[in-house]
Amino acid sequence: MPTIEVKDLSKTFRSRERTTAALIDVNLVIEQNEFITLVGPSGCGKSTLLKIIGGLIRPTQGSLTYDGHAVDRPQRSVGIVFQEPALLPWRSVLDNILLPAEILGLGMDESRKYALELIELTGLTGFEAHDPHELSGGMQQRVAICRSLISKPAVLLMDEPFAALDAMTREDLGLELLRIWDQDKKTVIFVTHSVPEAILLADRVVAMSARPGRIAKIIDINLPRPRTLDVEFVDGFRDYSVQVRSVIDQGQKRGTAKAAVS
Amino acid sequence: MPIVTLLCLIAIWEALVRWFGIQSWLLPAPSEIGRMAIEWRRELAWHSAVTLYETAVGFGLSLLVGIPLAVAVVYSRILQNTIYPILLALQSMPKVAIAPLLTLWIGFGALPKIIVVFLVCFFPIVVATTSGLATVRPVFLELVQSLCATSLQVFIKVRFPSAMPSIFVGMKIAITLAVIGAVIGEFVGAQDGLGYLILISSTQSRTALAFAALVLLTLMSIVLYYAIEILEHFVAPWGARR
Ligand SMILES: Nc1ncnc2c1ncn2[C@@H]1O[C@H](COP(=O)(O)OP(=O)(O)OP(=O)(O)O)[C@@H](O)[C@H]1O
Ligand SMILES: [Mg+2]
Repeated sequence: MPTIEVKDLSKTFRSRERTTAALIDVNLVIEQNEFITLVGPSGCGKSTLLKIIGGLIRPTQGSLTYDGHAVDRPQRSVGIVFQEPALLPWRSVLDNILLPAEILGLGMDESRKYALELIELTGLTGFEAHDPHELSGGMQQRVAICRSLISKPAVLLMDEPFAALDAMTREDLGLELLRIWDQDKKTVIFVTHSVPEAILLADRVVAMSARPGRIAKIIDINLPRPRTLDVEFVDGFRDYSVQVRSVIDQGQKRGTAKAAVS
Repeated sequence: MPIVTLLCLIAIWEALVRWFGIQSWLLPAPSEIGRMAIEWRRELAWHSAVTLYETAVGFGLSLLVGIPLAVAVVYSRILQNTIYPILLALQSMPKVAIAPLLTLWIGFGALPKIIVVFLVCFFPIVVATTSGLATVRPVFLELVQSLCATSLQVFIKVRFPSAMPSIFVGMKIAITLAVIGAVIGEFVGAQDGLGYLILISSTQSRTALAFAALVLLTLMSIVLYYAIEILEHFVAPWGARR
């Protein structure tokens, strides 16, 4: 489906007590089936940008379009993994994963079959009937990932989906995600704090600077696909790492310097 | 442990009454109360059934009316602004003062007692349900919004289950008040019910019987409370876990 375009976008949160500029002047064009990773220091507006792209938050200024059509509300073809697992405590693991299928009115038999596949893929076999509180944080996040995939969305927005996982599981799931993405083409926007992960997964890394969030640099990752962990030993990988890190560090310094002045 | 404490207290009570030779009409010994309870078991059972019936029906009605009303209040600003003040006024009225009026209007049957129970339960149910429905975790709402859920789907899949633990809190508060409400109704004018029995037997100086009825009332309250807790365990166990 869509080319996603974010144009001159700003977001200011206003409450009675204060206003917070979360995003300033963000411009980004995401091609169909592209894998974008979004990195940047904490509080720079990554989650906000993701929710705006998902149609959950209205921007203060600027526009969001899918294939040239203005979007101001959530779309059926978009799947979201939130920064917290957000599993409904009154539903079992399987039923949580099936929630989107129920709401979107998808075929339940087929969805159940796919859910079991996803459960196996994410190493949750045997936990289908468990309640969310019986799972570890990382397992809960994996359930949330399965839930986002159940509707086979054309656009997948993932907010630090692997944050609660150990390095090994994280790499495994990252590669699994790449496999799913490759097999079942979709546009992915993936927020992460891990620079190697950002490079390993992405077609392009979008690096943001500290508050107020702007896009500091967009780095094309020209590494061969399909990727494996060996990619990290390719010469280019280190250069990309250095590039991404320097952008984030600069942004962070500038951010803190500003904060100190004001 | 609480049972041991209770038994000790009862034993001390028994000993004191015997030691000082306190008159039975003033303070009956536990053994005397027990004897009386067995002797009057049929009457006690009947009056308990009446009070239980009034309590249960009044409580049930308050759920039947209170929960939908709370839903309406949550979804409508206008209702929120009009109904809530009325509710508050209603709640501020002492129910003991309303009971005689109800008897005056409706008479001596079960209905006035049921209405008192209803009035007593109604407010906690509405307030607890309203606050439960209004305090859903924002990320749950974002989740279903992101799936383009209809308002009805949001209500059924997220809002109502989210509110269940809170509704149970309201129910637990209400049920303990409900028994008291029924007794108030019976005090004012009745021909049966444990409240009536207490009133009659104390005016006739059958203090032991009044005590027996009092024990039954307490037991009824406790049993009903735990019945709701058990129901919660099966229907909405996620509330107790947080
Ligand atoms: N609902 C809100 N109301 C007010 N301010 C908000 C709200 N959501 C986010 N913000 C502010 O916007 C800024 C960006 O927040 P956001 O959650 O997008 O950051 P982030 O990059 O995702 O951070 P992290 O990496 O820690 O998750 C922060 O300064 C935050 O305080
Ligand atoms: Mg975030």
